[in-house]
Amino acid sequence: MIKKDWWKLLSGILLLYAIIAGFFTSIPLKPVTEESMRNLYFHVGMWFGMFSMLITGFIFSLKYLKKFDEMMDIMAVEAINVGLLFGILGICTGMVWANFTWGTPWVKDPKLNGAAVGIFIYLAYMILRGSIDDVHKRAKVAAVYNILAFILWIVFVIILPRLAGESIHPGAGHNEVPVMPMHLDPSMRLVFYPAMAGWILLGFWIFQIRVKMRKIKRNIDNI
Amino acid sequence: MLYREIRALVGKEIRLELRQKYVINGILLYLVSTIFVTFLAFDDIVSAETWNSLFWIILLFVAVNGISKSFLQESPARHIYYYTIASPQAVILSKIIYNLLLMIILSSLSFLFFVLMMGNKVVDIPLFLTCLLLGSLGMTSVLTMVAAIASRASNNFSLMAILSFPIILPLLSTLMKVSKSALTASSGSGNAGFIVLLLTINGAVIVLAYLLFPYLWRD
Repeated sequence: MIKKDWWKLLSGILLLYAIIAGFFTSIPLKPVTEESMRNLYFHVGMWFGMFSMLITGFIFSLKYLKKFDEMMDIMAVEAINVGLLFGILGICTGMVWANFTWGTPWVKDPKLNGAAVGIFIYLAYMILRGSIDDVHKRAKVAAVYNILAFILWIVFVIILPRLAGESIHPGAGHNEVPVMPMHLDPSMRLVFYPAMAGWILLGFWIFQIRVKMRKIKRNIDNI
Repeated sequence: MLYREIRALVGKEIRLELRQKYVINGILLYLVSTIFVTFLAFDDIVSAETWNSLFWIILLFVAVNGISKSFLQESPARHIYYYTIASPQAVILSKIIYNLLLMIILSSLSFLFFVLMMGNKVVDIPLFLTCLLLGSLGMTSVLTMVAAIASRASNNFSLMAILSFPIILPLLSTLMKVSKSALTASSGSGNAGFIVLLLTINGAVIVLAYLLFPYLWRD
């Protein structure tokens, strides 16, 4: 048991550490962000969790088209479900942070728009799935849409903001804000990296539970 | 082999369109009346930015309307017939080529009529026309693929819009940026990168359509 599921324990420990250390250790105060800097451990973690889940979904969609195994389709849809959860939480934590540092919860910025568009894409994916009844047809069409949409979305969130170079959100490449890991204070890095690992592992944990639930439900339906 | 199939299928699309003229006339009327509605809604467009955004939004809606029919027009039984005589790659490429022709006509007519109603704000005409051409190609390839996806599901008209709008955004926002500089004449070094990006997106979508369409085609 512990041999197979050690990473779940690790995720719990890392997140517990991130929450306790994130709220109680002292951090160097910078202008504008000040104490809200602690949101870094949570907001960026949501983004990492979402990204790793969406990549997982993309890989399972590719695998589905290769083997036409129904299990792969279930994995893809559940990875996207968890990715959506992380994405929505990421937008919420981001809005809290933006309200403090920029004065409004939402600004017109390539990075923020990218996140919103990602949510739209995967909500549309869910609606597409809902509108097809046949299991195999649904799996195939959904996999095709996922692959197409994911690649275009990557262009939108990663390549376009860099080329446009007008983002005020940290991480666009040109603005040297202390929020980026390489400019981060060493004491904060000590919390930041474990927190990120913890969130990603948590994502896989939720993913695994959801896949198990789907499998059991399918077996019950088949009886 | 592929080339011959594509040529035959594109010829078939054109003949089909000419036989059912009411479909293309419907899209043209849609285009004209949409632009007329914006003409009535706006007294006078002063800023080039508004002109630009309005133009591309209208063109997006015209494109969605014009291309969504590409897999719905014919019955599933006829699709099975095509399946037996042509390769799926030929089918999707012929649809993209035909829709591109349609889209070039629609976008140039939109541009002419828009200029007629709202006045011309374009300074750098060659750059704007490049945008129009690349935009037509990009919208065609994305929307043709989405139309193929939506045609496999029920309730496909609203599905066409919700599936295509978020994934067409990288293309549309790049187009709007380049064409804005064609309107304000502040063009120069910055645009080359965006045009390369447009070409890359177009190429990627066409390759994806070529690779993924066979999975949609087979039942």
